[in-house]
Amino acid sequence: MSVLAIPGWIGRRTLAALAVFGRVALFALGAVSHILRPPYYPREIGLALLNIGWLSLPVVGLTAIFTGGALALQIYAGGARFNAEAVVPQIVAIGMVRELGPVLVGLMIAARVTSSIAAEIATMKVTEQIDALVTLSTHPMKYLVGPRVLAALITVPLLVGVGDVIGIAGGYAVSVQNLGFNAAAYLTNTVNFLELRDIVSSLVKGAAFGMIASVMGCYYGMNSGRGAQGVGRATKGSVEAAAVLILAANFVLTGVFFSV
Amino acid sequence: MIEMQDVHKAFGDNRVLQGMTLTIPKGTSLVIIGGSGTGKSVALKCILGLIQPESGRILVDGKDASKGDRDAFLARFGMLFQGGALFDSLPVWQNVAFRLLRGSLKRPQEEARQIAIEKLRRVGLKADVADRLPAELSGGMQKRVGLARAIAAEPEIIFFDEPTTGLDPIMAGVINDLIREIVTEMGATAMTITHDMTSVRAIADDVAMLHDGVIQWTGPVAQMDASGDPYLDQFIHGRAEGPIEAVR
Repeated sequence: MSVLAIPGWIGRRTLAALAVFGRVALFALGAVSHILRPPYYPREIGLALLNIGWLSLPVVGLTAIFTGGALALQIYAGGARFNAEAVVPQIVAIGMVRELGPVLVGLMIAARVTSSIAAEIATMKVTEQIDALVTLSTHPMKYLVGPRVLAALITVPLLVGVGDVIGIAGGYAVSVQNLGFNAAAYLTNTVNFLELRDIVSSLVKGAAFGMIASVMGCYYGMNSGRGAQGVGRATKGSVEAAAVLILAANFVLTGVFFSV
Repeated sequence: MIEMQDVHKAFGDNRVLQGMTLTIPKGTSLVIIGGSGTGKSVALKCILGLIQPESGRILVDGKDASKGDRDAFLARFGMLFQGGALFDSLPVWQNVAFRLLRGSLKRPQEEARQIAIEKLRRVGLKADVADRLPAELSGGMQKRVGLARAIAAEPEIIFFDEPTTGLDPIMAGVINDLIREIVTEMGATAMTITHDMTSVRAIADDVAMLHDGVIQWTGPVAQMDASGDPYLDQFIHGRAEGPIEAVR
Protein backbone atom coordinates (compact mmCIF):
# COMPACT_ATOMS: atom_id res chain seq x y z
CA MET A 1 0.00 0.00 0.00
CA SER A 2 1.34 3.44 -0.90
CA VAL A 3 2.29 5.88 1.85
CA LEU A 4 -0.17 8.34 0.38
CA ALA A 5 -3.06 5.89 0.31
CA ILE A 6 -4.41 6.70 3.77
CA PRO A 7 -4.15 10.51 3.48
CA GLY A 8 -5.66 10.19 0.00
CA TRP A 9 -8.56 8.17 1.35
CA ILE A 10 -9.11 10.68 4.16
CA GLY A 11 -8.94 13.55 1.67
CA ARG A 12 -11.49 11.96 -0.67
CA ARG A 13 -13.84 11.22 2.23
CA THR A 14 -13.50 14.77 3.54
CA LEU A 15 -14.20 16.27 0.13
CA ALA A 16 -17.19 13.97 -0.33
CA ALA A 17 -18.56 14.95 3.11
CA LEU A 18 -18.08 18.65 2.33
CA ALA A 19 -19.83 18.18 -1.01
CA VAL A 20 -22.82 16.58 0.73
CA PHE A 21 -22.83 19.37 3.31
CA GLY A 22 -22.83 21.94 0.50
CA ARG A 23 -25.67 20.20 -1.32
CA VAL A 24 -27.77 20.01 1.85
CA ALA A 25 -27.07 23.68 2.63
CA LEU A 26 -28.11 24.71 -0.89
CA PHE A 27 -31.20 22.53 -0.62
CA ALA A 28 -32.14 24.20 2.69
CA LEU A 29 -31.61 27.66 1.21
CA GLY A 30 -33.73 26.66 -1.78
CA ALA A 31 -36.49 25.46 0.56
CA VAL A 32 -36.49 28.76 2.46
CA SER A 33 -36.48 30.70 -0.80
CA HIS A 34 -39.52 28.75 -2.02
CA ILE A 35 -41.33 29.34 1.29
CA LEU A 36 -40.94 33.09 0.85
CA ARG A 37 -41.97 33.35 -2.81
CA PRO A 38 -45.44 32.70 -4.28
CA PRO A 39 -47.30 30.67 -5.33
CA TYR A 40 -48.30 29.29 -1.92
CA TYR A 41 -50.17 26.07 -1.34
CA PRO A 42 -52.41 26.59 1.73
CA ARG A 43 -53.88 23.07 1.61
CA GLU A 44 -50.41 21.50 1.64
CA ILE A 45 -49.28 23.81 4.44
CA GLY A 46 -52.40 22.96 6.47
CA LEU A 47 -51.86 19.23 6.00
CA ALA A 48 -48.21 19.54 6.98
CA LEU A 49 -49.14 21.54 10.11
CA LEU A 50 -51.60 18.80 11.03
CA ASN A 51 -49.20 15.92 10.38
CA ILE A 52 -46.07 17.42 11.89
CA GLY A 53 -47.64 19.39 14.73
CA TRP A 54 -50.98 18.12 15.91
CA LEU A 55 -50.43 14.42 15.25
CA SER A 56 -47.03 14.50 17.00
CA LEU A 57 -48.58 15.75 20.26
CA PRO A 58 -49.33 12.31 21.77
CA VAL A 59 -45.80 10.96 21.31
CA VAL A 60 -44.24 14.23 22.47
CA GLY A 61 -46.51 14.39 25.51
CA LEU A 62 -45.86 10.79 26.56
CA THR A 63 -42.10 11.15 26.08
CA ALA A 64 -42.01 14.36 28.10
CA ILE A 65 -44.17 13.20 31.00
CA PHE A 66 -42.16 10.01 31.58
CA THR A 67 -38.86 11.86 31.21
CA GLY A 68 -39.93 14.57 33.69
CA GLY A 69 -41.05 11.95 36.20
CA ALA A 70 -37.84 9.92 35.85
CA LEU A 71 -35.76 13.09 36.10
CA ALA A 72 -37.45 14.02 39.41
CA LEU A 73 -36.75 10.56 40.85
CA GLN A 74 -33.10 10.66 39.72
CA ILE A 75 -32.44 14.16 41.08
CA TYR A 76 -34.10 13.30 44.36
CA ALA A 77 -32.04 10.12 44.76
CA GLY A 78 -28.80 11.80 43.63
CA GLY A 79 -29.42 14.94 45.67
CA ALA A 80 -30.02 12.84 48.80
CA ARG A 81 -26.32 11.92 48.77
CA PHE A 82 -25.43 15.46 49.76
CA ASN A 83 -28.69 16.62 51.36
CA ALA A 84 -29.83 18.50 48.25
CA GLU A 85 -33.23 16.86 47.71
CA ALA A 86 -34.90 20.29 47.77
CA VAL A 87 -33.44 21.26 44.38
CA VAL A 88 -35.69 18.84 42.49
CA PRO A 89 -38.11 21.52 41.15
CA GLN A 90 -35.30 23.77 39.93
CA ILE A 91 -33.26 21.00 38.27
CA VAL A 92 -36.32 19.40 36.66
CA ALA A 93 -37.31 22.78 35.25
CA ILE A 94 -33.88 23.72 33.96
CA GLY A 95 -33.17 20.19 32.71
CA MET A 96 -36.43 19.95 30.81
CA VAL A 97 -36.48 23.46 29.37
CA ARG A 98 -32.83 23.83 28.46
CA GLU A 99 -31.95 20.32 27.31
CA LEU A 100 -34.27 17.37 27.58
CA GLY A 101 -37.38 19.04 26.21
CA PRO A 102 -35.86 20.31 22.96
CA VAL A 103 -33.59 17.30 22.39
CA LEU A 104 -36.20 14.63 23.07
CA VAL A 105 -38.84 16.42 21.03
CA GLY A 106 -36.26 16.88 18.25
CA LEU A 107 -35.37 13.19 18.28
CA MET A 108 -39.02 12.16 18.38
CA ILE A 109 -39.71 14.42 15.40
CA ALA A 110 -36.72 12.90 13.60
CA ALA A 111 -38.12 9.42 14.24
CA ARG A 112 -41.72 10.21 13.42
CA VAL A 113 -41.70 13.06 10.92
CA THR A 114 -38.33 12.87 9.14
CA SER A 115 -38.85 9.20 8.35
CA SER A 116 -42.38 9.81 7.16
CA ILE A 117 -41.40 12.75 4.92
CA ALA A 118 -38.44 10.86 3.43
CA ALA A 119 -40.49 7.71 2.75
CA GLU A 120 -43.39 9.66 1.23
CA ILE A 121 -41.29 11.83 -1.06
CA ALA A 122 -38.99 8.94 -2.03
CA THR A 123 -42.02 6.85 -2.97
CA MET A 124 -43.36 9.75 -5.01
CA LYS A 125 -40.02 9.92 -6.78
CA VAL A 126 -39.88 6.20 -7.47
CA THR A 127 -43.44 6.19 -8.86
CA GLU A 128 -42.75 9.25 -11.07
CA GLN A 129 -45.19 11.43 -9.12
CA ILE A 130 -42.51 14.11 -8.81
CA ASP A 131 -41.95 14.08 -12.57
CA ALA A 132 -45.73 14.31 -12.94
CA LEU A 133 -45.76 17.38 -10.69
CA VAL A 134 -43.19 19.06 -12.94
CA THR A 135 -45.14 18.27 -16.10
CA LEU A 136 -48.19 19.80 -14.41
CA SER A 137 -46.26 23.08 -14.02
CA THR A 138 -45.83 22.62 -10.26
CA HIS A 139 -42.40 23.00 -8.68
CA PRO A 140 -41.76 20.06 -6.30
CA MET A 141 -39.67 22.28 -3.98
CA LYS A 142 -42.59 24.66 -3.67
CA TYR A 143 -45.34 22.04 -3.43
CA LEU A 144 -43.66 19.30 -1.40
CA VAL A 145 -40.65 20.75 0.42
CA GLY A 146 -41.68 24.33 1.27
CA PRO A 147 -44.91 23.45 3.15
CA ARG A 148 -43.21 20.72 5.18
CA VAL A 149 -40.25 22.88 6.19
CA LEU A 150 -42.53 25.83 7.03
CA ALA A 151 -44.83 23.62 9.09
CA ALA A 152 -41.87 22.16 11.01
CA LEU A 153 -40.47 25.65 11.66
CA ILE A 154 -43.81 26.70 13.14
CA THR A 155 -44.87 23.57 15.01
CA VAL A 156 -41.69 22.08 16.47
CA PRO A 157 -40.98 25.10 18.76
CA LEU A 158 -44.61 24.84 19.90
CA LEU A 159 -44.17 21.11 20.49
CA VAL A 160 -41.00 21.84 22.46
CA GLY A 161 -42.93 24.36 24.58
CA VAL A 162 -45.68 21.81 25.20
CA GLY A 163 -43.06 19.12 25.92
CA ASP A 164 -41.32 21.41 28.44
CA VAL A 165 -44.58 22.06 30.28
CA ILE A 166 -45.64 18.40 30.28
CA GLY A 167 -42.16 17.29 31.38
CA ILE A 168 -42.25 19.73 34.30
CA ALA A 169 -45.76 18.50 35.09
CA GLY A 170 -44.43 14.91 35.16
CA GLY A 171 -41.73 15.94 37.62
CA TYR A 172 -44.30 17.83 39.65
CA ALA A 173 -46.66 14.86 39.81
CA VAL A 174 -43.94 12.45 40.94
CA SER A 175 -42.47 14.95 43.43
CA VAL A 176 -45.81 15.83 45.01
CA GLN A 177 -47.36 12.34 44.96
CA ASN A 178 -44.31 10.17 45.73
CA LEU A 179 -41.58 12.35 47.19
CA GLY A 180 -43.61 14.47 49.62
CA PHE A 181 -43.05 17.91 48.07
CA ASN A 182 -45.50 20.73 48.78
CA ALA A 183 -47.44 21.44 45.60
CA ALA A 184 -47.51 25.25 45.87
CA ALA A 185 -43.85 25.47 46.87
CA TYR A 186 -42.85 23.22 43.97
CA LEU A 187 -44.59 25.45 41.45
CA THR A 188 -43.23 28.64 43.00
CA ASN A 189 -39.68 27.29 42.93
CA THR A 190 -40.08 26.20 39.30
CA VAL A 191 -41.43 29.54 38.10
CA ASN A 192 -38.99 31.65 40.09
CA PHE A 193 -35.95 29.67 38.96
CA LEU A 194 -36.54 29.76 35.20
CA GLU A 195 -35.18 32.73 33.26
CA LEU A 196 -36.37 34.18 29.97
CA ARG A 197 -33.12 32.99 28.39
CA ASP A 198 -33.98 29.38 29.27
CA ILE A 199 -37.32 29.59 27.49
CA VAL A 200 -35.96 31.45 24.47
CA SER A 201 -33.13 28.92 24.06
CA SER A 202 -35.68 26.09 24.22
CA LEU A 203 -37.85 27.58 21.49
CA VAL A 204 -34.89 28.52 19.28
CA LYS A 205 -33.60 24.97 19.58
CA GLY A 206 -37.07 23.76 18.62
CA ALA A 207 -37.06 25.87 15.46
CA ALA A 208 -33.54 24.70 14.54
CA PHE A 209 -34.40 21.05 15.15
CA GLY A 210 -37.62 21.40 13.19
CA MET A 211 -35.67 22.84 10.27
CA ILE A 212 -33.09 20.04 10.44
CA ALA A 213 -35.69 17.28 10.74
CA SER A 214 -37.83 18.50 7.84
CA VAL A 215 -34.95 19.43 5.54
CA MET A 216 -33.24 16.06 6.01
CA GLY A 217 -36.49 14.20 5.32
CA CYS A 218 -37.11 16.21 2.17
CA TYR A 219 -33.48 16.07 0.98
CA TYR A 220 -33.17 12.31 1.32
CA GLY A 221 -36.60 11.79 -0.21
CA MET A 222 -35.89 13.99 -3.23
CA ASN A 223 -32.51 12.29 -3.76
CA SER A 224 -33.56 8.70 -3.17
CA GLY A 225 -32.46 5.81 -5.34
CA ARG A 226 -34.73 3.55 -7.31
CA GLY A 227 -37.10 0.90 -6.02
CA ALA A 228 -38.01 -0.24 -2.55
CA GLN A 229 -34.35 -0.36 -1.57
CA GLY A 230 -33.94 3.30 -2.55
CA VAL A 231 -36.93 4.28 -0.41
CA GLY A 232 -35.58 2.25 2.53
CA ARG A 233 -32.13 3.80 2.27
CA ALA A 234 -33.56 7.30 2.01
CA THR A 235 -35.69 6.75 5.10
CA LYS A 236 -32.87 5.26 7.16
CA GLY A 237 -30.34 7.87 6.03
CA SER A 238 -32.68 10.76 6.75
CA VAL A 239 -33.34 9.67 10.34
CA GLU A 240 -29.65 9.00 11.05
CA ALA A 241 -28.60 12.34 9.60
CA ALA A 242 -31.36 14.27 11.34
CA ALA A 243 -30.66 12.68 14.73
CA VAL A 244 -26.91 13.32 14.56
CA LEU A 245 -27.37 16.88 13.29
CA ILE A 246 -29.95 17.63 16.00
CA LEU A 247 -27.52 16.52 18.72
CA ALA A 248 -24.66 18.48 17.11
CA ALA A 249 -26.85 21.59 16.74
CA ASN A 250 -27.94 21.21 20.36
CA PHE A 251 -24.31 21.30 21.46
CA VAL A 252 -23.61 24.41 19.37
CA LEU A 253 -26.78 26.23 20.50
CA THR A 254 -26.15 25.38 24.14
CA GLY A 255 -22.71 26.92 23.74
CA VAL A 256 -24.18 30.02 22.11
CA PHE A 257 -26.80 30.57 24.82
CA PHE A 258 -25.04 29.46 27.98
CA SER A 259 -21.27 29.52 27.51
CA VAL A 260 -20.99 33.01 29.00
CA MET B 1 -43.42 20.63 -34.42
CA ILE B 2 -40.89 18.98 -32.13
CA GLU B 3 -37.29 18.62 -33.28
CA MET B 4 -34.48 16.76 -31.53
CA GLN B 5 -31.11 17.57 -33.07
CA ASP B 6 -28.06 15.43 -32.25
CA VAL B 7 -29.10 14.94 -28.61
CA HIS B 8 -26.63 13.17 -26.32
CA LYS B 9 -27.26 11.93 -22.80
CA ALA B 10 -25.22 9.61 -20.59
CA PHE B 11 -25.60 8.32 -17.04
CA GLY B 12 -22.05 7.72 -15.87
CA ASP B 13 -20.49 5.31 -18.37
CA ASN B 14 -23.86 4.41 -19.84
CA ARG B 15 -24.26 6.47 -23.01
CA VAL B 16 -28.00 6.31 -23.57
CA LEU B 17 -28.60 8.85 -26.34
CA GLN B 18 -25.73 9.16 -28.80
CA GLY B 19 -26.86 11.77 -31.26
CA MET B 20 -30.61 11.25 -31.47
CA THR B 21 -32.19 13.28 -34.25
CA LEU B 22 -35.93 13.20 -34.78
CA THR B 23 -38.69 15.44 -36.11
CA ILE B 24 -42.35 15.17 -35.13
CA PRO B 25 -44.56 17.29 -37.40
CA LYS B 26 -47.41 19.18 -35.77
CA GLY B 27 -50.63 17.19 -35.44
CA THR B 28 -49.07 13.80 -36.07
CA SER B 29 -48.89 10.80 -33.79
CA LEU B 30 -45.38 9.38 -33.59
CA VAL B 31 -44.62 6.15 -31.78
CA ILE B 32 -41.06 5.42 -30.66
CA ILE B 33 -40.22 1.74 -30.38
CA GLY B 34 -37.05 0.03 -29.24
CA GLY B 35 -35.73 -2.45 -26.73
CA SER B 36 -35.74 -1.94 -22.99
CA GLY B 37 -33.05 0.46 -21.82
CA THR B 38 -32.47 2.02 -25.23
CA GLY B 39 -33.38 5.50 -23.99
CA LYS B 40 -36.95 5.99 -25.16
CA SER B 41 -38.14 7.40 -21.84
CA VAL B 42 -34.95 9.45 -21.53
CA ALA B 43 -35.66 11.06 -24.91
CA LEU B 44 -39.15 11.96 -23.82
CA LYS B 45 -37.94 13.36 -20.48
CA CYS B 46 -35.28 15.40 -22.28
CA ILE B 47 -37.98 17.13 -24.32
CA LEU B 48 -39.93 17.96 -21.15
CA GLY B 49 -36.80 19.20 -19.37
CA LEU B 50 -37.07 16.54 -16.65
CA ILE B 51 -33.59 15.43 -17.72
CA GLN B 52 -30.96 17.79 -19.14
CA PRO B 53 -29.16 16.48 -22.24
CA GLU B 54 -25.39 16.96 -22.38
CA SER B 55 -25.45 18.30 -25.89
CA GLY B 56 -27.73 18.79 -28.85
CA ARG B 57 -30.82 20.94 -29.30
CA ILE B 58 -34.49 20.38 -28.69
CA LEU B 59 -36.86 22.75 -30.46
CA VAL B 60 -40.62 23.05 -30.03
CA ASP B 61 -42.20 25.10 -32.81
CA GLY B 62 -38.73 26.40 -33.62
CA LYS B 63 -38.02 27.65 -30.09
CA ASP B 64 -35.34 26.19 -27.84
CA ALA B 65 -37.13 24.07 -25.22
CA SER B 66 -34.57 24.91 -22.54
CA LYS B 67 -35.16 28.66 -22.76
CA GLY B 68 -38.10 30.95 -22.06
CA ASP B 69 -41.02 30.74 -19.64
CA ARG B 70 -41.03 27.20 -18.24
CA ASP B 71 -44.63 27.30 -16.98
CA ALA B 72 -45.93 28.46 -20.35
CA PHE B 73 -43.85 25.76 -22.04
CA LEU B 74 -45.13 22.96 -19.79
CA ALA B 75 -48.72 24.22 -20.06
CA ARG B 76 -48.62 23.08 -23.69
CA PHE B 77 -47.92 19.47 -22.68
CA GLY B 78 -49.91 16.62 -21.22
CA MET B 79 -48.33 13.36 -20.19
CA LEU B 80 -49.53 9.87 -19.34
CA PHE B 81 -46.93 8.14 -17.20
CA GLN B 82 -46.21 4.42 -17.38
CA GLY B 83 -47.47 3.71 -13.87
CA GLY B 84 -50.09 6.45 -13.93
CA ALA B 85 -48.14 8.58 -11.39
CA LEU B 86 -51.39 9.60 -9.76
CA PHE B 87 -51.07 11.51 -6.49
CA ASP B 88 -52.05 9.07 -3.74
CA SER B 89 -53.24 11.71 -1.32
CA LEU B 90 -55.69 13.38 -3.71
CA PRO B 91 -59.08 12.07 -4.86
CA VAL B 92 -59.39 11.16 -8.51
CA TRP B 93 -61.09 14.39 -9.60
CA GLN B 94 -58.35 16.52 -8.01
CA ASN B 95 -55.75 14.43 -9.81
CA VAL B 96 -57.48 15.04 -13.12
CA ALA B 97 -58.05 18.74 -12.43
CA PHE B 98 -54.65 19.27 -10.79
CA ARG B 99 -53.54 21.84 -13.33
CA LEU B 100 -56.92 23.57 -13.23
CA LEU B 101 -56.80 24.06 -9.46
CA ARG B 102 -53.56 26.01 -9.36
CA GLY B 103 -51.19 28.09 -11.45
CA SER B 104 -51.87 30.02 -14.63
CA LEU B 105 -54.75 27.74 -15.72
CA LYS B 106 -56.58 27.97 -12.37
CA ARG B 107 -60.39 27.78 -12.48
CA PRO B 108 -63.04 27.98 -9.75
CA GLN B 109 -63.15 24.68 -7.84
CA GLU B 110 -66.65 23.66 -8.98
CA GLU B 111 -65.81 24.37 -12.63
CA ALA B 112 -62.57 22.38 -12.32
CA ARG B 113 -64.51 19.48 -10.81
CA GLN B 114 -67.03 19.52 -13.66
CA ILE B 115 -64.24 19.53 -16.22
CA ALA B 116 -62.59 16.61 -14.40
CA ILE B 117 -65.84 14.62 -14.42
CA GLU B 118 -66.31 15.37 -18.11
CA LYS B 119 -62.77 14.16 -18.87
CA LEU B 120 -63.37 11.04 -16.78
CA ARG B 121 -66.48 10.37 -18.86
CA ARG B 122 -64.39 10.91 -21.99
CA VAL B 123 -62.10 8.07 -20.98
CA GLY B 124 -65.01 5.81 -20.08
CA LEU B 125 -65.19 6.29 -16.31
CA LYS B 126 -68.35 7.12 -14.38
CA ALA B 127 -68.74 10.23 -12.24
CA ASP B 128 -68.78 8.19 -9.03
CA VAL B 129 -65.07 7.45 -9.54
CA ALA B 130 -64.32 11.14 -9.04
CA ASP B 131 -64.30 11.07 -5.25
CA ARG B 132 -62.38 7.82 -4.84
CA LEU B 133 -58.66 7.66 -4.10
CA PRO B 134 -56.30 6.28 -6.78
CA ALA B 135 -55.41 3.28 -4.58
CA GLU B 136 -59.05 2.17 -4.76
CA LEU B 137 -58.92 1.79 -8.56
CA SER B 138 -57.75 -1.09 -10.75
CA GLY B 139 -54.67 -0.69 -12.96
CA GLY B 140 -56.77 -0.08 -16.05
CA MET B 141 -58.86 2.55 -14.29
CA GLN B 142 -55.71 4.27 -13.02
CA LYS B 143 -54.39 4.40 -16.58
CA ARG B 144 -57.64 6.00 -17.71
CA VAL B 145 -57.47 8.54 -14.89
CA GLY B 146 -53.89 9.30 -15.95
CA LEU B 147 -55.14 9.76 -19.51
CA ALA B 148 -57.93 12.06 -18.29
CA ARG B 149 -55.34 14.12 -16.38
CA ALA B 150 -53.12 14.31 -19.47
CA ILE B 151 -55.93 15.80 -21.56
CA ALA B 152 -57.66 17.86 -18.83
CA ALA B 153 -56.11 21.17 -19.84
CA GLU B 154 -56.46 20.35 -23.57
CA PRO B 155 -52.74 20.43 -24.33
CA GLU B 156 -51.28 20.86 -27.82
CA ILE B 157 -48.75 18.06 -27.28
CA ILE B 158 -49.39 14.78 -25.44
CA PHE B 159 -46.80 12.19 -24.42
CA PHE B 160 -47.73 8.61 -23.61
CA ASP B 161 -45.13 6.50 -21.82
CA GLU B 162 -45.90 2.79 -22.21
CA PRO B 163 -49.69 3.38 -22.13
CA THR B 164 -50.66 -0.31 -22.22
CA THR B 165 -47.98 -1.88 -20.02
CA GLY B 166 -49.49 -4.12 -17.36
CA LEU B 167 -52.97 -4.17 -18.89
CA ASP B 168 -54.87 -7.15 -20.24
CA PRO B 169 -55.29 -7.22 -24.06
CA ILE B 170 -58.87 -5.97 -23.96
CA MET B 171 -58.08 -3.03 -21.68
CA ALA B 172 -54.97 -2.33 -23.76
CA GLY B 173 -57.19 -2.17 -26.85
CA VAL B 174 -59.55 0.22 -25.06
CA ILE B 175 -56.67 2.51 -24.09
CA ASN B 176 -55.21 2.39 -27.63
CA ASP B 177 -58.58 3.35 -29.12
CA LEU B 178 -59.01 6.15 -26.59
CA ILE B 179 -55.59 7.57 -27.36
CA ARG B 180 -56.23 7.47 -31.10
CA GLU B 181 -59.66 9.10 -30.74
CA ILE B 182 -58.47 11.80 -28.36
CA VAL B 183 -55.42 12.69 -30.41
CA THR B 184 -57.53 12.89 -33.57
CA GLU B 185 -60.35 14.96 -32.06
CA MET B 186 -57.99 17.34 -30.23
CA GLY B 187 -55.66 17.69 -33.20
CA ALA B 188 -52.77 17.27 -30.79
CA THR B 189 -49.22 16.27 -31.56
CA ALA B 190 -48.62 12.94 -29.84
CA MET B 191 -45.49 11.02 -28.96
CA THR B 192 -45.87 7.52 -27.58
CA ILE B 193 -43.32 5.08 -26.25
CA THR B 194 -44.25 1.44 -26.37
CA HIS B 195 -43.07 -2.13 -26.92
CA ASP B 196 -46.55 -3.24 -27.84
CA MET B 197 -46.81 -3.66 -31.62
CA THR B 198 -50.62 -3.73 -31.43
CA SER B 199 -50.44 -0.26 -29.85
CA VAL B 200 -48.05 0.89 -32.57
CA ARG B 201 -50.48 -0.07 -35.33
CA ALA B 202 -53.44 1.42 -33.45
CA ILE B 203 -51.88 4.73 -32.43
CA ALA B 204 -49.14 5.67 -34.89
CA ASP B 205 -49.09 7.85 -37.96
CA ASP B 206 -45.31 7.58 -37.97
CA VAL B 207 -42.93 5.19 -36.28
CA ALA B 208 -39.33 5.71 -35.14
CA MET B 209 -37.08 2.95 -33.91
CA LEU B 210 -34.45 3.88 -31.33
CA HIS B 211 -31.43 1.61 -31.10
CA ASP B 212 -27.92 2.22 -29.71
CA GLY B 213 -28.85 5.79 -28.84
CA VAL B 214 -29.81 6.85 -32.38
CA ILE B 215 -32.92 6.63 -34.53
CA GLN B 216 -32.36 3.46 -36.53
CA TRP B 217 -35.39 3.85 -38.78
CA THR B 218 -38.27 6.26 -39.13
CA GLY B 219 -41.22 6.41 -41.47
CA PRO B 220 -45.00 6.05 -41.82
CA VAL B 221 -46.54 3.12 -39.98
CA ALA B 222 -47.84 1.77 -43.31
CA GLN B 223 -44.24 1.29 -44.51
CA MET B 224 -43.03 -0.36 -41.31
CA ASP B 225 -43.57 -3.96 -42.46
CA ALA B 226 -41.78 -3.40 -45.76
CA SER B 227 -38.96 -1.25 -44.45
CA GLY B 228 -36.19 -3.73 -45.24
CA ASP B 229 -34.39 -2.58 -42.11
CA PRO B 230 -33.06 -5.68 -40.33
CA TYR B 231 -33.23 -4.04 -36.89
CA LEU B 232 -36.85 -2.98 -37.33
CA ASP B 233 -37.79 -6.35 -38.85
CA GLN B 234 -36.30 -8.24 -35.92
CA PHE B 235 -38.07 -5.98 -33.43
CA ILE B 236 -41.53 -5.98 -34.95
CA HIS B 237 -41.48 -9.74 -35.46
CA GLY B 238 -40.00 -10.39 -32.01
CA ARG B 239 -37.19 -12.59 -33.30
CA ALA B 240 -34.34 -13.64 -30.97
CA GLU B 241 -31.92 -13.87 -33.94
CA GLY B 242 -30.82 -10.75 -35.75
CA PRO B 243 -28.61 -7.70 -35.46
CA ILE B 244 -30.08 -6.72 -32.07
CA GLU B 245 -28.46 -8.72 -29.27
CA ALA B 246 -31.09 -10.54 -27.23
CA VAL B 247 -28.92 -10.25 -24.11
CA ARG B 248 -28.39 -6.64 -23.09
